[in-house]
Amino acid sequence: MVHGEIWTLKELFVYPNEYIYWSIQIVMYPFMTGLVAGAFVLSSLYHVFGVKQLKEIARFSLVFSLALLPCAPLPLLLHLQQPLRNHHVLMTSHFTSAIAAFGIVFMTYGMIVASELWFVYRGHFVARALALKQKGSGSADRLACGLYTLLTLGAWDVGDAALHSDEKAVKFLAAAGIPVACFLHGYAGFIFGSVKANALWMTPLMPVIFICSAIVSGIALCILSFIVVSRLRIIINNWKIKNKFGTPAVVEMKDAELTIVTQTSRYLLIFLVLAITLELLDLIFRGYTAVKSWEIIRRVIYERDFVKIFILQYGLGNLLPFILFLLPRLTIRRAVAGTLLVLLGVFMMRWNVVIGGQAFSASFAGFMEYHIPIIPVSMETFREGLFGALFVAGMPYVLFLLFSRIMPVFDLKKFGSS
Amino acid sequence: MISRRQFCRKALLIAGGVALPLAALELFDPKRLRAEKSSKGDRRWVFLVDTHKCVGCGFCVKACKIENDVPYDAKVSRTWVERYVIKKNGETLIDSPNAARDGFTTTRIDQNLAGMLDVRDEEIAKAFFVPKLCNQCDHPPCVQVCPVGATYQTADGVVLVDRKWCIGCGYCIMGCPYGVRFFHPLYHVAEKCTFCYHRLAKGMNSVCVDACPFGARRIGNLRDPEDPVTKIITTERVNVLKEQYGTNPQVFYLGLTMEVK
Repeated sequence: MVHGEIWTLKELFVYPNEYIYWSIQIVMYPFMTGLVAGAFVLSSLYHVFGVKQLKEIARFSLVFSLALLPCAPLPLLLHLQQPLRNHHVLMTSHFTSAIAAFGIVFMTYGMIVASELWFVYRGHFVARALALKQKGSGSADRLACGLYTLLTLGAWDVGDAALHSDEKAVKFLAAAGIPVACFLHGYAGFIFGSVKANALWMTPLMPVIFICSAIVSGIALCILSFIVVSRLRIIINNWKIKNKFGTPAVVEMKDAELTIVTQTSRYLLIFLVLAITLELLDLIFRGYTAVKSWEIIRRVIYERDFVKIFILQYGLGNLLPFILFLLPRLTIRRAVAGTLLVLLGVFMMRWNVVIGGQAFSASFAGFMEYHIPIIPVSMETFREGLFGALFVAGMPYVLFLLFSRIMPVFDLKKFGSS
Repeated sequence: MISRRQFCRKALLIAGGVALPLAALELFDPKRLRAEKSSKGDRRWVFLVDTHKCVGCGFCVKACKIENDVPYDAKVSRTWVERYVIKKNGETLIDSPNAARDGFTTTRIDQNLAGMLDVRDEEIAKAFFVPKLCNQCDHPPCVQVCPVGATYQTADGVVLVDRKWCIGCGYCIMGCPYGVRFFHPLYHVAEKCTFCYHRLAKGMNSVCVDACPFGARRIGNLRDPEDPVTKIITTERVNVLKEQYGTNPQVFYLGLTMEVK
């Protein structure tokens, strides 16, 4: 069977070789990249701009962005017909292609995140290594000691001056990371926007729209995870009070949580408005100029994909959360609903761009429909089906659990370091 | 004793040197540079399709599939034939059942999910066949977008794919406005019409040219003014497909009308 045949339905006249070649994984790719930067930008708010309330969540989101990081190219890897040849992109980069620079951009960003984390956690690594060295007798301890010793990279100096210069390095890296993160997304938009053969994709607005919606989704995920984290902390604190060794700081924590959520949601609204404005501008412009491709695009947007675009993306994903956040006296429950809807909206936007762009034939005389494979009966239907997407979506949490064993995001003091 | 700073500096230098791909050094290969600069050799393969002569028998598609190792029953093809039926009310109906491998065996139009469409003879204003194949563009977007340089243009204008280097990202398939590219069902890499480059190299014709019983398909060398194909292209009214994409396609058509997509 030809690649794409299993999930592509053709209607009217479609060129014989046309199929939905870019499927769910290419929807996941810009979605995951958006989340990576969102997490990073939030951590930068504390490190660069010194938003004190975000101290705890800053460490959380930095580790989280490292966990998200390998999951951004994962969908690309799963989608390749020759995944084992992925390194060819680095070996013989053909720079007239928008994809060619992916490895470089991605690795630059990865190095920034990794080195920032190292500076943040260096003190902790040293403390752990020293503690384990004194204690260490079992083989597990020796292994852990070896790991932490390796992670220190031989930098054992934890004097005030050394830690201070660590902080300076963190600040610098966090600041340098913001434009690189934005570039990573604009770049994903350029990959689509520069395909002149595709009437729906080809617009210079695509990179800007991608950046704005990426920031929207990033902030939304951060607000959501922040709420989840704060709730967990409150639960833990309650448990501590119950066991008579905690402090009754629950009310304060709740107040602080709401303040931060309210403040952050303002940034979310700004970028949401910007993203919607650009998307609507694009739509209006296409309709007004009505070039040759408009007839088929119009039929895709207003007829075939109406529910996905106007109900799921604009209605549920943009308008409803917009109202939820704009109404006075924001509550946590409403913020959770709002952020979930925003994430749905951004996901649907990616879907409508990637799948919607392939919903019509290049002949402008027929349509194609993507039927996402649900049950993975083969490797192909797993990779480019629902479970492949869920695998990509779930991966960051597995990695986060793993990373947070080495780089704890809460209660560093428990481990005897600052 | 080497200091840590120096160690880091040297380690980075070595890592950088090792990471430098050997391909980068190739940039300065003078032979290649000269070849690229003076690419105006004595050969530029072009194709001429006379739509008046095509009867939609599909022999070209059949021959192509067999010659070029594209699985016979796979629903992809390097070349195909489209049937256009333009009704008196202006409606255009197009189909290419199974890429016209077996020709057009029924007067009903294959509309895929929308079923087979009956068109009465008296409704038809005009009807004709249009063979399609890779346009071997002068500015091929597929070559431009390939991230690894696995697809490239030869000096005589034909665009080829290196099956050993293609990573199968599909960007070239997305980048082609003509829909000529697809993934090879067996090799799982990008696949396309090559004008039968392996035959051209031996002084033979593309297989579809030889298979066409009516002379609807012809191949020629644009740099040879005496070539009969070149003479037709330069002296008669020919047209190309989708010139608005700026690809400068090199498959020329006689009898192309505005309805052709």
